Formats: sequence, C-alpha cells, structure tokens
Amino acid sequence: MSRYEPASIPSSEITPESLFLNRRAFMRNSAALAAGASLVSPASAGLQPDDDVTPEQIATSYNNFYEFGTDKGDPARYAHELTTEPWRVTVSGEAGKTGEFDFDDIIKGMTVEERIYRFRCVEAWSMVVPWMGIPLKNILQQFEPNGNARFVEFKTLLRPSEMRGQRSFFSGIEWPYVEGLRLDEAYHPLTIMVTGMYGKTLPNQNGAPWRLMVPWKYGFKSIKSIVSIRFTERQPRNTWNMLAPNEYGFYANVNPAVSHPRWSQASERRLPSTLFDPNTRPTLPFNGYADEVAGLYAGMDLAKYY
Amino acid sequence: MKPALTLKVVLASLLSAPLLWLAWRVQLDINQPGTGLGPDAGETLVHYLGEWSLVMVLIAFTISPMRRWTGFSGWLRSRRMVGLFAFAYVVLHIASYLVFYLNLSWQALFEDFVERAYITAGMLAFFCLLLMTLTSTRGWQRRLRARWYQLHQLIYLAIGSALVHLWWLTRDGYLEVALYSLWFVLLCVERWAGSARFIWRTGARQPPG
Repeated sequence: MSRYEPASIPSSEITPESLFLNRRAFMRNSAALAAGASLVSPASAGLQPDDDVTPEQIATSYNNFYEFGTDKGDPARYAHELTTEPWRVTVSGEAGKTGEFDFDDIIKGMTVEERIYRFRCVEAWSMVVPWMGIPLKNILQQFEPNGNARFVEFKTLLRPSEMRGQRSFFSGIEWPYVEGLRLDEAYHPLTIMVTGMYGKTLPNQNGAPWRLMVPWKYGFKSIKSIVSIRFTERQPRNTWNMLAPNEYGFYANVNPAVSHPRWSQASERRLPSTLFDPNTRPTLPFNGYADEVAGLYAGMDLAKYY
Repeated sequence: MKPALTLKVVLASLLSAPLLWLAWRVQLDINQPGTGLGPDAGETLVHYLGEWSLVMVLIAFTISPMRRWTGFSGWLRSRRMVGLFAFAYVVLHIASYLVFYLNLSWQALFEDFVERAYITAGMLAFFCLLLMTLTSTRGWQRRLRARWYQLHQLIYLAIGSALVHLWWLTRDGYLEVALYSLWFVLLCVERWAGSARFIWRTGARQPPG
C-alpha cells in the first residue's frame, strides 16, 4: 500500500525574493546578449545556464577559514567568538590618505550591489554565491593611491584570543593572513569588497565584516576579515605562496590547464555534491570569466605565473 | 568461549564499528542528500575511509606488542584478521577515490600516480598491503617459511608511506598526522629496544614480529 508523502523542501532551498528577481535580471541580460547587445552587467557576468545558487546553509557552514581551524565546519562552529564591532582598518603605503579608519566610515554612502558569482576553491570544489558588495575600485580610490602604487596588499585580523586557529601549535601558517592584487586586478569591475551574502549581513565565518571577492581566482585570494590595506610598488607576499611556493602562486587564476601537485584542476565538484549526483563539471579558464579578465594577462605565460 | 576467540570477536566488532557508522551515514544521505555525509559526500567518504585505513594498519602493528605487554599469546590469533580489516578499509578508500575524484578514469589514476607524489606514496602503501594480504594464509606462511617473516617486514614500508601520504596531503593543521606518526615511532622504538635487549642477553637474533 502506498502512502502519499509531500516532498519536503528544506527552507534553504527556497530562493529568497532578491535572488529570484536577480535571476530574472540575469535572464534579461542573457536575452539582451543574444539580441546582440554587447554589455553584460557585472551582476551576472560569467554565469552559465546551469549555475544554480548554492543553498545558503552550505555556503555559510562549509568553508575554509583557517583562523578558526582547518576543518571546514570549524569556521561556522567557532567564528561567533570573534568581535567585529568596532572594526578599525589601517590604510598605508603609496596613497594620499593614509591612517586608521573606522570600517563604517569607509563604506558610508557607498552603494552595495548584489553579484552572483561562481566561487572556485583550489581544492577542486565550487559554489555559486549571491554576494553583496562594493566594487573595490570605489573603495580604494577614496584613499588616493599615488603613481607609485602598482599593487595592493590586504591583511586579516590577528587576534588569537578570538581566533582559535591562530593559537594552534600545529599550524605552519605565519599569521596574520596576507594577500595581494595587482592594482589593475583590484580595479577590475568584477572585483568587489563583500559585506553581505544571501541578502544578509556577512556572517563571521565568511569573513565579517568585509572580505575580498575576486571571482576568477582561486578562493584563497579572496582574503577575509580585512584590517589592513597597503598600496605598494612591489608585489606583496601572500600567505599560501609563503607556505608552499610550488603549489600556490601570486596570481592563482583559475586554470584547468595548470595542474596542481595535490589536485588536478581540470574539473570541480559543484556543491552540494552527493553520492548519486557528484555534480562534477569541467573547470573553466578564469573560472568562466575569461571574456572579462583574460586581457589583464595578455602576453603572460600563465603556466609560469600561476 | 576460549579467551583467544573472545578477543577475536571483540576486536572484530570494534573494527567494524567505523564501517557500520559510515553505513548509517550513507543511509541518512540516501534518504536526504547532505544530511549524512555533508555537502561534499565524496570528499567525506574518501577522507573518512583513508583515516580509518591508517588507524587499522596501526592497530595491526600494535598486536604483537600487546602480546608482549599482556603476556597473552592469544593476541597473535587475531593479527591476520586485523590486517584483513585494514586492507578492506584501504580498498574502500581507493574505490571511493576512483569513483568520486577520478570518475573511474584509469588514465586520471595513472596521471595522479606519476604527477602527484602523495598519491605515489599512498599507492606504495597499498601494494605493500596487497602483497601481505595475498600471502597472509597458512599455506603461504608454510611455503615461504623464514622468507614470510622477511616479506611481512613490509608493514614498516606500508605504514611509513601511508604516513608520508598523509603528511604530504595535509595543507595545514598537523595535529592528527603528528599523533599517528608518534604512535608508529613509539611502536618502532619498543620493538628495537626489545630486540636490542634480546641480542644483548643471548647474543642471538629473535625472529622479528
């Protein structure tokens, strides 16, 4: 005897209205593109037709943020120990306006946009996440970088009392976490400083109060919980490169052709990846954003500058 | 029940516990994807089985010291079974890697074997255990005689390369692999100290074990 059971839909599967509307905007843009229009808004650039948004519950509970531990559940487990108010940011280096600023003052009056981006981790898993953020260019330009500024370096908060991963004896990482971009990469319209996701304030485990998002690079470039911005003439160091230079470069552009000593980068598991639906798909050059960003690297040997 | 048999039954149930727990999680995940194995089911499976493979091999390596510490020779009656358990976990570990990471592509496996040193180390451990499993029967023990003991010294290479496999694949956070390494090192020291004492006392070599 069979019994009727209604399909149970977890609340995480129900698309928030803002996303739903955004998907319509995406369709509109795609239609415009098909009709011969040349402009795709950054909000949906690079998205493929089968790029479904990853459930919020997964994006906020399964990620790497070694400041809170090396297990992917650790950030969601322990990030509540972090205080994000007040949040001070030091700006230094080759710029006209340097000093210590309050985070709220920096972003005051700036427009936060929603961007649905593909997110590719160097560990060969990926997600599609609706971020809310501000183009990094808008943020950086208010500090009036001078002619010597060719790179920008970011640092994560160093606060072992609230970030238990930084207290770990068994970590080889030299805290605080540092990352950097070439200034033209930082000024690219796709590069944003994220302050929220899924229509909400950015949770601690995802890098509150603000984090970088560079969708064509492996996830470790998108540094979280930033407290320092420094404009430099020379290429800054970056944490994973210092730890294992043969594995992680400065550029870290998503590239299926450059194999990694740990993971083949030819394909990726789009989460959720389940037993009967591993959801494995080929990895795209520049994570699908080649049309927008390949020009930044014209003439460079990407196997050498990985 | 004889003590040796009792021990064997207890060990068998303990060693199957991680598999039963995994079966339960797989069952949950089949009913509702994501609940039992998390958002990345393949990775969860591969890591879980890999970690338990290492623990099983280390347990097999701990059997003969247990005999020395407890003075109960019945431990040795379970050693083959523990080794077979270890091999079963390793086979499941590799099978899930093949299915979820390599999409059953033998070419990808070959590439991994050649290009990724940690895979090469892991495969070396597998081949050692394979040889030991194939020759683990009484028949082979009789046929190979003294050579059987020599062959089964491969356990050192198997555990050593399994540890290297784990060291190389750990990105950061070395606590676990440090603990497993310590376990192995302590057992090695115990064996060498034991045989050194034996040689000093009798001037003879004892069969390794």
